[in-house]
Amino acid sequence: MNDVITNILICGIGGQGVMTAAEILAQAAMAQGFDCKKSEIAGMAQRGGVVTSHVRFGRKVWSPVITPGTADLLVAFEVAEGSRWADHLRPGGTAMVNTIRLAPPIVSSGLYKYPADPVAQMRAAGVPVIEVDAGTIARDLGNLRLVNTIMLGAIADHLPFPATELEEQIVGRFRERKPAMVEVNQRAFEAGRQASQRGNADVTARAVNC
Amino acid sequence: MSAAVQAQPHTRLLLSGNDAIARGVWEAGAKIASAYPGTPSTEILESLALYPDLYAEWSVNEKVALEVAIGGSMSGARSFCAMKHVGLNVASDALMTITVAGVVGGLVIAVADDVGMSSSQNEQDSRYWGRFAHLPILEPADSQEAYEMVKYAFELSEACNTPVLLRLTTRVCHVKAVVEIGERVVHDITGFASDPRRWVMTPANAKGQIPAQIARETKLLALAESSPLNRLEDGKDRRIGFVTSGPAYMHVRECFPDSPILKLGFTYPVPVGLVEKMASGVAHLVVVEETEPLMENDLKAAGLSRIHGKDLLPRLGELTPNVLVPAINGLVGEPLPKGSVYPKIDPFPRPPTMCPACPHMGVYYSLSRLRKQVQISGDIGCYTLGAGHPWNALDTTISMGASMGIALGMDKARSAETKDKGVVAVIGDSTFLHMGMQGLLDIVYNRGNVTTIILDNRTTGMTGGQNHPGTGKSLTGEDAPRIDFAKLVEALGVAPERIRTVDPYLLPVVFKTIKEEIAVTAPSVIITTRPCVLSEFYDRQPPFRVIDETCTGCGNCIKVGCPAITVKRTETRNRADGTSHELKFTTIDTAMCTGCRMCVESCGPKAIVPAQPTAVAQQ
Repeated sequence: MNDVITNILICGIGGQGVMTAAEILAQAAMAQGFDCKKSEIAGMAQRGGVVTSHVRFGRKVWSPVITPGTADLLVAFEVAEGSRWADHLRPGGTAMVNTIRLAPPIVSSGLYKYPADPVAQMRAAGVPVIEVDAGTIARDLGNLRLVNTIMLGAIADHLPFPATELEEQIVGRFRERKPAMVEVNQRAFEAGRQASQRGNADVTARAVNC
Repeated sequence: MSAAVQAQPHTRLLLSGNDAIARGVWEAGAKIASAYPGTPSTEILESLALYPDLYAEWSVNEKVALEVAIGGSMSGARSFCAMKHVGLNVASDALMTITVAGVVGGLVIAVADDVGMSSSQNEQDSRYWGRFAHLPILEPADSQEAYEMVKYAFELSEACNTPVLLRLTTRVCHVKAVVEIGERVVHDITGFASDPRRWVMTPANAKGQIPAQIARETKLLALAESSPLNRLEDGKDRRIGFVTSGPAYMHVRECFPDSPILKLGFTYPVPVGLVEKMASGVAHLVVVEETEPLMENDLKAAGLSRIHGKDLLPRLGELTPNVLVPAINGLVGEPLPKGSVYPKIDPFPRPPTMCPACPHMGVYYSLSRLRKQVQISGDIGCYTLGAGHPWNALDTTISMGASMGIALGMDKARSAETKDKGVVAVIGDSTFLHMGMQGLLDIVYNRGNVTTIILDNRTTGMTGGQNHPGTGKSLTGEDAPRIDFAKLVEALGVAPERIRTVDPYLLPVVFKTIKEEIAVTAPSVIITTRPCVLSEFYDRQPPFRVIDETCTGCGNCIKVGCPAITVKRTETRNRADGTSHELKFTTIDTAMCTGCRMCVESCGPKAIVPAQPTAVAQQ
């Protein structure tokens, strides 16, 4: 194992499962023998506010916080939140963005405007974005709660360990408590992986076109 | 459930600081543990409640929690209590005297400072309390250290006859990191032995014990100077030597791997000798501590020169790498870090909101309608969000239970303009039982003209739904006597006809009741009856929808503040007088809606109706 630290920033809105996703990712990293730290500011997180979770792993991790400009991967559970945290990526880092748009009351009542296209804003700023329509995939699979597993599937091929290790971490949780949910989570994970591979092809094509 | 409860000794687990502390407390053989919930400390007791052979309780407030732990210690049980920083202010009266009397069973007080203020009304450095009370202070930097230090704290407490302060911050409590756990040791309770000269703190008895307290500090200093919790990590870059404690150490270690670092865990009394030894080998000394310059000032007072600290670093907030590196690079003339290559995008603010169907919205909707007629004194909890959009219905929030005392002061300090205004205090059930009762008693006693609204949602909401004497359940989930708020406030002296119980979902009733009670000059209390929507008591109902053709775009339903209601389309209409206004046509997210009917109550044209079963299925 070398001295490289992997920095993954997960962001979203209170109640979306950001912290659970971070927990699963951190457990998977630990199972690979990495030292690992997971950090979040969760004080009022249940109340629909902004939530971020920092996951760092490597041979030895000191600070639990990802310094802006050093994240390898940004996992956004909501598209405007993706744009809010995109500056935390290192040059060449990837933003994996769930394209769902969730407007807070402050927007829906007209005080603020929701940006027309946050993904376009990120791309205009030079950020490599992979879009994943996790909401639609989850609905097709029959359960909106699968967004979490879909997003983890989406990043599974961007980690320094095999995708199957992350999948096992998710499935293992359900195997004990809710065996009936194992299969649909496997499908959600796989659907997330494929969506991300398609999205990645788009990004590559766009880079070539430029 | 914390994985640490069932884990075998000597396994490695990913644990939060709070879960690690709970494991350490249990392993140390503690028998008594108490707390009042408070971010970021709450999960320590939630976790401890799952361990066997240990009594754990939610106390009504932090002072009582500390008193319970003191009683346990006096009885020879290793005892522990936890609180957030502002909780120690509440507990301080008991603290300042037990520190003179000392302990029998080890007594450890964990205090969690919300550095960065994620969920608090102030940012304070609780190490001041430790110094004020002449207590040794231990400051872990991560979960493993928190686990080890809390175990050592019990030993230290008994060895030096003192309570020990374990000072935590949010980055210790809520960061998960790898911890290797161990086994429980047995510490049987020895039982209380009467010793009035020690425990009855009359002036004569207290005076006799103060010299021992002062002598204790000399012994503690010697321990700090030789403690393995204080270690020098040498480095070849001798331009700067760092003195640091808590999670700030992790940031320093990451950013300056070649610098000598004096890593302090046993931070009070400050081991000045260790710092002096290090100072001779480096050009500058930088003290990196969150948040106040306590060690720094002690070192300066001891005569050390070339010391930097708060001249370079902020006094508030976390000392994370992005704060630390520019400040330190400036000192040694290194270039500033480049930072992010991508520009900051700021789409819109996303402040915390109340949940769909939150019963607090019914009260704030009504208060916002009466805004010009009332001054509203608020308190600490989810309902502090009433200060925000769209209600803007709070004028003050200061401290736990303060709403009523402040309301009474406002009532007694009326000007010509405010003499006819209603004065309203708004407080939650858990907060009322924590420190609110005395405020209401004072209103009654002093004939205050204040209407107190107790938002009884049958939980401690903001900290994640903890039990209290009003929920009918204990920390461990067992049945407990349930306090009756109406009887309680009557016992505090409020006239029975001035105690009103309302369903907060019935907006017109809430509005009318508040209006009636602010018109009366006697103390009055309104108690709301709907449970928190995140609690087990909430009764979820089928969702509602908006009929497009019937919606007139008045936007009144938006003023309820429910996050499930959004504006679908707007239209600008011109008035006859040349001005214009915007119509807002709304829609309800049926996946979020839990059928509370508050928006139905707010809708004049009756455009909000039960969503059809087919519409639910489509979601």
